Amino acid sequence: MKIAVASGKGGTGKTTVAVSLALAGQQPLQLLDCDVEAPNCRIFLQPTINPPQPVSVPVPVVDQEKCSRCGQCSALCQYHAIAVLETATLVFPELCHSCGGCRRICPEAAISEQEREIGQIFTGRRELVDWVEGRLNIGEAITPPLIRAVKRKARPQGTVIIDCPPGTACSLVAAVSGCDVVVLVTEPTPFGLHDLHLTVEVLRQLQLPLGVVINRSDIGDQRVEHFCARERIPIWLRIAHDRRIAAASARGEGLLAVRPELADDFRRLLENLTKLGGKEANR
Amino acid sequence: MKIAITTNGSNLEAPVGQRFGRAERFMVIDPATLEYQLVENPGDPAQGAGIQSAERVARLGVSALITGHCGPKAYRVLQAAGIEVYVGAQGSVAEVLEQHRQGRLQPAVGADVEGHWV
Amino acid sequence: MKPKEIVVVSGKGGTGKTSLMASLAVLASEPVLADCDVDAADLHLLLNPQIQTRQEFWSGKKASIRQADCFSCGHCRRLCRFEAVHTEASSVQAPLKYLIDPIGCEGCGVCVHFCPVQAIDFKDSRAGEWFVSATRQGPMVHARLKAGAENSGKLVAVVREQARRLAAEHNRELILIDGPPGIGCAVIAAITGASVVVAVTEPTLSARHDLERLLALARHFSIPVLVWINKWDLDPQMTADVELHCRELGAELLGRVRYDPLFVAAQIQGKTLVEFDSGEVAEEIRSGWQRLLQWLV
Repeated sequence: MKIAVASGKGGTGKTTVAVSLALAGQQPLQLLDCDVEAPNCRIFLQPTINPPQPVSVPVPVVDQEKCSRCGQCSALCQYHAIAVLETATLVFPELCHSCGGCRRICPEAAISEQEREIGQIFTGRRELVDWVEGRLNIGEAITPPLIRAVKRKARPQGTVIIDCPPGTACSLVAAVSGCDVVVLVTEPTPFGLHDLHLTVEVLRQLQLPLGVVINRSDIGDQRVEHFCARERIPIWLRIAHDRRIAAASARGEGLLAVRPELADDFRRLLENLTKLGGKEANR
Repeated sequence: MKIAITTNGSNLEAPVGQRFGRAERFMVIDPATLEYQLVENPGDPAQGAGIQSAERVARLGVSALITGHCGPKAYRVLQAAGIEVYVGAQGSVAEVLEQHRQGRLQPAVGADVEGHWV
Repeated sequence: MKPKEIVVVSGKGGTGKTSLMASLAVLASEPVLADCDVDAADLHLLLNPQIQTRQEFWSGKKASIRQADCFSCGHCRRLCRFEAVHTEASSVQAPLKYLIDPIGCEGCGVCVHFCPVQAIDFKDSRAGEWFVSATRQGPMVHARLKAGAENSGKLVAVVREQARRLAAEHNRELILIDGPPGIGCAVIAAITGASVVVAVTEPTLSARHDLERLLALARHFSIPVLVWINKWDLDPQMTADVELHCRELGAELLGRVRYDPLFVAAQIQGKTLVEFDSGEVAEEIRSGWQRLLQWLV
């Protein structure tokens, strides 16, 4: 069962919710941090941390002797990552999307692939939670291959919670693809509502069941509640604003350390999500 | 040997195009006779505009390229093609051609701007 | 004279980047405004732009299978490295139906080329749209990226290019840009070539962690950074720590802004803080703006 925790808007408490949900489990489960540009689950989970494994993507290498300069590789490449000149064939690995097309098309078998590092995967554990984190190398522009590498660590059985990146672009889609249900964390402000609306649109295009957790539920107005009611989106949890939670979060302490009574709410939510299996939740 | 100069205009009075990768066209000029041809540079790819433009220039059979700014990927292609690159050219094509003839333009030893999407 | 470009980013989302940038838009005289947070744009909720032109953003291509010509060999699925080819069983006797997910497709063209019966179309993809609008503060460029789209960096670049064009047209010297969160392609496209980056942060461990990554990125591209600490009074100790470490992290300080529920109240009214109130937090914002202007000179 793969549960994605997402939020169109950053800073709504997505990571706090993902970690709290993970710690509420009564059985071993996994927490995958797919917010690879800014992975923060480790701050709240405080797992043991194993040495990282590099994640790389294949990029072409051209054997200049075998290359006949026919130019088919360059013509096929949609990203201008290969340039064929009379004197040499040049590769631009930073533009390569690793589609493998050039290697396949080369009639001289002059192209092979070598690995280029884009980030790292860390693993570790805290109590019943097995933690996996993807961390993008600074300066890298493309995130989906790293996100897919983190998701390949998901165990086929049992519960997997996925902390997703913010936004609605390719990073989010790579993280939520193949999940059974999405928990959307929002706040009752105009920015929160607007970004919730955008994210719901995307998730519906992907046909993913979803529900909402409203964080800081008393700081704004009622428009998020009305939106959810109109759209028949279940609101699974409301967490009132609490300066103690904000202060604790700021120091990297989990929500449950400050408000242990919320543990019951998260445990119930996790149980319901697991039972749900995506059937009854809003699509 | 012929020279290619970036421009968004269509004659010798036109200003030199400042961004090599996004130049609308190249003027391929014989500096001895001032006869020229215009070669269009269409396409506005999300990435690799400099590379695409440089590949096009490489096929023109020119010995030199004159432009405003050239990024690292484009520079790499032009260098591999054995083309001398001049950057920082300002003014009209005719003015810049004259500067080159007088040896007042310095060949670039690398890119003069960061590559990016713009 | 080339206009100055100020890009407001944060690394971590939710630190108050858009709220503060919107106030700067009001304090600035005759700026051009740009919202480069193209996949979750919020600036318009405070600046109320009137859209004047709308343009489509085309980027890349998408593959799609012509079902009538496909004979379900499955070669496309084996070739696709982006997990974008799915199957659907229609009935027990019929062969599997192959479908390409348009959101997952990265437009590499490999399946198109290698399909043994050339049954796959490869079409230009409309990846979003961008707008030129009028606001009470000045012209504004903003955009909306389609769901799951790639190349958000390219759309960000288009928004910046249009902002520069408007600055030239209207003879304006300042471009104020609301940047995206994170440190990936959209942020890179937002900050390269900028005059200065304003990094809005808050005194939390998460924000600090992301600020460090953001500063490393700015160093990588040699762009100066001024750090603005928002909600500073939530943890004065951590605020002091961040300030102490700023120089080590390669950044100067712009100032501090306190936590204030007025930000939400102003947002609900569709106003920037400095229009909504003139108390202490507004003073802190003005003071940050003054410091920024001084730095730019």
